[in-house]
Amino acid sequence: MRLAAIRAALIWLALASAPANALEAYTVVGDAIPAPLGGKVGNPERGRALVLDRTQGNCLICHQVPEPNEPFQGTIGPGLAGVATRLDAGQLRLRLVDASLLNPATVMPPYFRIEGLRDVAPAFRDRPALTAQEIEDVVTYLANLRTP
Amino acid sequence: MSLAGRALAIALLALAGAAAAQEVKPGSAFLSPQMQRQQEDEARNPGWLWVEQGEELFSRREGAAPSCVSCHADPRQSLRGAAARYPQVDAASGKLMNLEGRIEQCRADRQKQPAFGYESQDLLGLTAYVASLSKGEPLAVSADGATKPFYEAGKAFYERRQGQLNLACTQCHDGLVGQKLRGDTISYGIGTGYPAYRLEWNGLGSLHRRLRACSLGVRATQFDYGSDEYLALELYLAVRAKGLALEAPGLRR
Ligand code: HEC
Ligand code: HEC
Repeated sequence: MRLAAIRAALIWLALASAPANALEAYTVVGDAIPAPLGGKVGNPERGRALVLDRTQGNCLICHQVPEPNEPFQGTIGPGLAGVATRLDAGQLRLRLVDASLLNPATVMPPYFRIEGLRDVAPAFRDRPALTAQEIEDVVTYLANLRTP
Repeated sequence: MSLAGRALAIALLALAGAAAAQEVKPGSAFLSPQMQRQQEDEARNPGWLWVEQGEELFSRREGAAPSCVSCHADPRQSLRGAAARYPQVDAASGKLMNLEGRIEQCRADRQKQPAFGYESQDLLGLTAYVASLSKGEPLAVSADGATKPFYEAGKAFYERRQGQLNLACTQCHDGLVGQKLRGDTISYGIGTGYPAYRLEWNGLGSLHRRLRACSLGVRATQFDYGSDEYLALELYLAVRAKGLALEAPGLRR
């Protein structure tokens, strides 16, 4: 009885820790990742929350978004109002996943990469800044920003 | 990028680096005019409260131990410019030492007293007091001789990407100077204003406390106060700011 419980716990641990080390695979086509990561469906409301949250996307340290109630938005990256008229979902996805694939010197952080990073703080180690589901949420939010 | 394009990009980067090195401006240059005036007004810059406490500590005697002023008579003269020469390599130990480290060394070796501890109010006060005696003096730290390996380590740290956000100090403090990061205007990231009173801290803090904030900002390992990593970085920042006037105690957002 007890052994079975331990075995079940071990199997659960193995399953639960697997995705942390192996990120969902994706295929780059041109300057885009056309298919949603892990086949997930994004939710724009959750995406908006992730973009604004300082411990998650924290995008406003660098970007401006159409949120009049958010003071002090950054000027480091391009403004994101109307970004969906310049980039489609696949192009947005690639820029979030790892913008250095397009521009090796980029300042834009790689939100879906764990390899090749150094001195990552313990709380953020061995997991991407955003999960596959969260990337899809943010992509869906950005893909709705049509007004410049 | 083509080979020619890459060569051009590298040449441009080198040029930008050289230009930036010449124009490095103090942190206060990026404050609002009101905050600039407040920093320069001893009655309105709260950092001077720590300076006053430090001045008191400087002549206080504890038991039989000599006070600081027993060895450093007339500090306004004898210690003018001292802070502008740190960090430096300690001749006896061969270790890189910043102003905080030197004060702790005097305390332990000459006064035979227990160390204050990094970021304690007493050490902050004494550091701010000694730094204030060099206000306006040009920073004079060199990268030659014994300091060379520490300088190289600091430079490598400054230039390498780190943390989950994968950013190097140089990307913000050379590449994005003047840009807005949320409510802050990015400066050249030098330490001439430290210890500084930060409104966000509601108190005085050391340069290493500020460095820990930047590390956290890119979600990178925060090294310890007084760690070899931050000491080397402090040296690199000081050499980068060579010739700029010390402005401690600074006032920052
Ligand atoms: C540390 C600064 C920084 C942060 C944080 C940041 N970005 Fe960026 N972003 C940039 C920069 C700089 C660029 C331009 C990239 C380039 O030219 O290589 C960029 C580019 C982009 C682009 C492409 C825009 C275009 O018009 O080409 C998108 C979309 C984007 N970022 C979205 C986001 C989102 C969403 C977040 C948060 C989840 C975020 N960024 C966080 C700096 C940042
Ligand atoms: C994502 C951007 C970013 C990165 C990367 C970054 N910093 Fe900063 N740093 C800031 C901002 C914003 C401030 C506050 C405004 C200012 O004074 O520049 C700041 C402040 C500072 C200051 C205080 C300047 C003053 O006069 O008050 C120092 C020193 C500094 N940074 C050094 C560093 C070092 C060294 C690194 C690398 C370990 C680093 N920073 C990485 C954004 C950054």
